[in-house]
Amino acid sequence: MKRRTLLASTAAVIALGTGAFAAAHAEKTKVGFVYVGPVGDGGWTYEHDQGRLAVEAEFGDAVETVFVESVPEGPDAERVITQMALDGADLIFTTSFGFMDPTVNVAAKFPDVKFEHATGYKQADNVSVYSARFYEGRAIQGHIAGQITESNIIGYIASFPIPEVIRGINSAYLHAKEVNPDVEFKIVWAYTWFDPAKEAEAATVLIEQGADVVLQHTDSTAPQAAAQAAGNVYTFGQASDMAEYAPMPRVSSIIDDWAPYYIARTQAVMDGTWESTSTWDGIGPGMVGIGEITDAVPAEVKASAEAMRDAIADGSYHPFTGPINRQDGSVWLAEGEIADDGTLAGMNFYVEGIEGEIPQ
Amino acid sequence: MDLSSINPILFFASLMVAATPILLAAIGELVVERAGVLNLGVEGMMITGAVTGFIVAVATGSPWLGFIGAAIGGAILSQIFGFLTQYLLSNQVATGLALTLFGLGLSALMGQGYIGIKAPSFPDIHVPVLGDIPVIGPIVFQHDPMVYIGLLIAIAVWFFLFRSRAGLVLRAVGENHDAAHALGYNVRRTRMLAIAFGGACAGLGGAYLSLVRVPQWTEGMTAGAGWIALAIVVFASWRPGRLVLGAYLFGGVTVLQLNLQAAGVAIPVEYLSMSPYLATIAVLVIMSAGRSPGSLGRIFHAAR
Repeated sequence: MKRRTLLASTAAVIALGTGAFAAAHAEKTKVGFVYVGPVGDGGWTYEHDQGRLAVEAEFGDAVETVFVESVPEGPDAERVITQMALDGADLIFTTSFGFMDPTVNVAAKFPDVKFEHATGYKQADNVSVYSARFYEGRAIQGHIAGQITESNIIGYIASFPIPEVIRGINSAYLHAKEVNPDVEFKIVWAYTWFDPAKEAEAATVLIEQGADVVLQHTDSTAPQAAAQAAGNVYTFGQASDMAEYAPMPRVSSIIDDWAPYYIARTQAVMDGTWESTSTWDGIGPGMVGIGEITDAVPAEVKASAEAMRDAIADGSYHPFTGPINRQDGSVWLAEGEIADDGTLAGMNFYVEGIEGEIPQ
Repeated sequence: MDLSSINPILFFASLMVAATPILLAAIGELVVERAGVLNLGVEGMMITGAVTGFIVAVATGSPWLGFIGAAIGGAILSQIFGFLTQYLLSNQVATGLALTLFGLGLSALMGQGYIGIKAPSFPDIHVPVLGDIPVIGPIVFQHDPMVYIGLLIAIAVWFFLFRSRAGLVLRAVGENHDAAHALGYNVRRTRMLAIAFGGACAGLGGAYLSLVRVPQWTEGMTAGAGWIALAIVVFASWRPGRLVLGAYLFGGVTVLQLNLQAAGVAIPVEYLSMSPYLATIAVLVIMSAGRSPGSLGRIFHAAR
């Protein structure tokens, strides 16, 4: 008798639980975010989280957002994404290149859940890809860096040898070289997106080897602090404005603005109009912002940098416009030719003039 | 390939700085392991020290007080481990790992309001006269005070362990806790004190990252330094002198790796990154006679 009562009440509880769950599920759209770093990194992940907060602010009680931070790129990511899908997320953003295969794998198991993968190239029926044309911002950085350097050595803290990073190096180099033929790039591969100690060390090493401008493709503000400690060194904010280091060493920045995209995609899921897309927006649509150029930069340099920004934004200038040769001297783009997105998306070579090899 | 762009003076100077946090954490762990306790929570204590040190330094404006706060923070956290392993006799490996995970989470929570804030600056001291000696001056005598404090702690630990009676007791406890107990030494108290010292040193090491080397607070900023410290203790075969050497070797590899890259040398970085660990394994194989403290990691209960 007792056992029967127990069974009955358990069943009732389960029914109640699932009922309540189903009801909550019906009225709220659940949006999940998978981050590679902590939300407090002050750079990449911070900006994605700002996008998440913007989604919450836009839709209020109609959405519920969840996030998991500091997810390692690898098998762990697959576990985290699966868990999120099992927990009833309708839309999941995975915000690092290394989440590409895990996202595609999990998406195959959950055909009703929509996935959005940042900076990757593998699309599926329920997987969209989105990225920003950071190389547009890198062009402006190179343009400024080439003119403010006195040692003609520009340090570059690279993260992983993937097309997005290589594109940034090439873009910055081309535009630095354009304004300063003597410029030289020293590139350090940190093999991390986020490791403040290592980034600080890399910045220090570059400064010790003569660099007076340090560009970074890693996410923390540690290189900024290292440059500040060294004194006469310029830096640029990466992913986020990093304005706390303005006006020196941070003289400008690339700001990622994901909020409009995240809001639009969440809206699409709510309306049932979501489709698998590939989005690659730059300065024009506002996905890439250029942080205020400080007075540490000479006025005429600032003016020409802003002119370049506007030209990129209205489409009259493309940062990869020929003639451009590959590192080995072979022709990549002829005079006036503009790079196609396919080559850019898979870029795995340096342009002519950069020394060293891309690690394999 | 252009090695001339690596300035050896600056290289050795930054090597000393890079080695300091792992040196501090490792010397603390050495004492803990000499007392027969294996605390795998170094990473957790480091990161907790990093955040408490940062909070105290920002609140008071004094990096010195920050370091004291970091030592206290690390020591308090280590006492949780001590209580669990020494009084509740929990498994040391599991508890240590839990301590690391707990420390990482706790520090992230404590640091919530401190992201993006700058730490008060901690100026280098330019040792008069000695600092002006060419070559050696810039390498050895123009650092921030913590570099020297780290070395002083290492010397003090050596003196304590091998030249003092209390150090002998500590080593006895670590070698054979039953014998030490039979001789009337208080095994549990000795170990609790050693664990507290280990925690304080790990806290100092963490604070060196958040107050001097980076210097700011970011979650997860120790990024595995605690694990390297643990490897160094083994590498050093539990001897303070070799530990200093090991810390400089490990620190040196990190700096050298970046320097070679910036100079355009095409050695795959993976080889340099793995070299300290290979060295550790090699040392373990060479000394396969294995002189780890006899009671290392074993649970002690007086009634057994």
